[in-house]
Amino acid sequence: MLSYVLRRLFLSIPTVFLVVTLVFFAFQIIPGDAARMYAGDQASVAAVEAIRVELGLDQPVGAQYLSYLKRLANGDLGTSFITRRPVTVEIGTRFANTAILAVGAIIASTLLGTCMGVIAALHRGKWLDHLLSVLAVGGISIPVFWLGLLLMFLFSLRLHWLPVAGNETWRHYIMPIFCLSAYSVAFITRMTRSTVLDVLGSDYVRTAESKGLRPLIVNARHVVRNALVPLITTVGLRFGYMLGGAVVTETVFAWPGVGRLLVIAVTQRDIPVVQGILLVFASVFVLVNIIVDVLYSVADPRLSY
Amino acid sequence: MNARYILRNYPTTLMGTIIVLVFLITALGAEQLAPHDPNWVSPRDSIRTPDSEYLFGADHNGRDILSRVIYGSRISLLISMTSVTVGLIVGVSLGALAGWNSKFETVIMRLVDMMLSFPGLITALAIVAIFGSGIENVIAANMAYHIPQFARLTHGLVLSIKPNIYVMSARSVGLSDFHILVRHIMPNILGPIVVQASLLIPDAIMTTSALSFLGLGVSPPTAEWGGMLQDGIKWFRIAPHVMIFPGACLMVTVLGFNLLGDGLRQWLDPQLRIN
Repeated sequence: MLSYVLRRLFLSIPTVFLVVTLVFFAFQIIPGDAARMYAGDQASVAAVEAIRVELGLDQPVGAQYLSYLKRLANGDLGTSFITRRPVTVEIGTRFANTAILAVGAIIASTLLGTCMGVIAALHRGKWLDHLLSVLAVGGISIPVFWLGLLLMFLFSLRLHWLPVAGNETWRHYIMPIFCLSAYSVAFITRMTRSTVLDVLGSDYVRTAESKGLRPLIVNARHVVRNALVPLITTVGLRFGYMLGGAVVTETVFAWPGVGRLLVIAVTQRDIPVVQGILLVFASVFVLVNIIVDVLYSVADPRLSY
Repeated sequence: MNARYILRNYPTTLMGTIIVLVFLITALGAEQLAPHDPNWVSPRDSIRTPDSEYLFGADHNGRDILSRVIYGSRISLLISMTSVTVGLIVGVSLGALAGWNSKFETVIMRLVDMMLSFPGLITALAIVAIFGSGIENVIAANMAYHIPQFARLTHGLVLSIKPNIYVMSARSVGLSDFHILVRHIMPNILGPIVVQASLLIPDAIMTTSALSFLGLGVSPPTAEWGGMLQDGIKWFRIAPHVMIFPGACLMVTVLGFNLLGDGLRQWLDPQLRIN
């Protein structure tokens, strides 16, 4: 098992390396002068040139790429054009806020989604199944930002139950986590329903039923356990998409996280921050994929590596 | 298959089809359908609540929200159709090439994996960060997500079809690669590709609105649903109607495409048809 984990980590190096390369070269074709952007509009030509030398922008692209790799290897993501603080600090101070939101939403959507999916599948064709299916397709269709605004209007402005924005108390977490999980709850419900239906039609379930096991035991021991294995992949993939959803959710609820930082950085064309966040997000995504594969092999003993 | 049969067995697909048709008619006939000029500013009617003249009310500039929603559907249609069509053509070609010829497989699929190591909205934000906002760049931002999606799907499908006897016999009688791909492989993998396209259209509509909502998509004053919601956020304490109607239209449109896509999947996916 350990050797498998190590091998997967090793194999992910080329992917991460390619992402780094892509992120570096993609931002080379950006229109405009990075030294001018860093110096600001008022700076003199001499000051801009001094910054160009300081940032190494007078070097050929190949040399810039190598020094970029060298700095990355030392854990240096560059300096923000706007705040002049290291990008690692900018991201570091906000990362935990986004992580709490994403992990909370993943837990909430996994619990809710699997329960709803199992219930829907076991009541196939009944009104409960139809109700849950309608809710699920509604959940994948509702825009996160609109849902956020509606929740805020209803629960903060009209009912005064929950705070509008910020992240000071646990009550601040309810609406953003609900908002961020809505799509995933719906998605996981649909996936669970179809996998449970697949398992219900399998030979081993028929065997379990025909040897006289009570339906509850069959469902709990044979159906649900087997149906949950493919779900690990679904949930893992959702985690990556949580980062995309976090961008919108954090903007709606003025949440001090990495997603909101990304939007601000893109608006201000703060390139080092944008690059840094892209690299962090891609690394998280790759890492989660590895964890998913490992969990998968734990959950399904038929797979061996 | 009469109307009653469809209504009883495929009520959601029918609903999706109707919503999509209404969306298409609205987008194509915006000039005829909109009761007002979507960009006509009338300070007197600022945040006017819905009434008989302004069915959806007016925004802070006194612009008719119904007309702006109608014109907004045109932008959504334009951007989603363009990006999905181009994404389909380019992505399917790349995926087929990768699946058919192992020389290109590694390069293409590595690039695809890399592009898909970001969630769609993050890729879109990166494109906007590089090229700036505006309609063309929003289309590019959507395509950057759609091309690898289609490529990955097609690659897998071509690989699964390739070992079939009819493909081998086509090769052995000396048909060209292009002929085999277009005449023998494509017809067999078209179903899942159509389903994918039908599900990426609502995705593109949503991404476009999200970008505009974040202030990074279609630039104002062009009427766009996400942009209208961004206006709504500033006014929704005193005038919630400004954000309710554009959001509802966005949700219903996305819902319609999703329902239609589910119907198409049930109809075209042989795996599901057996069940």
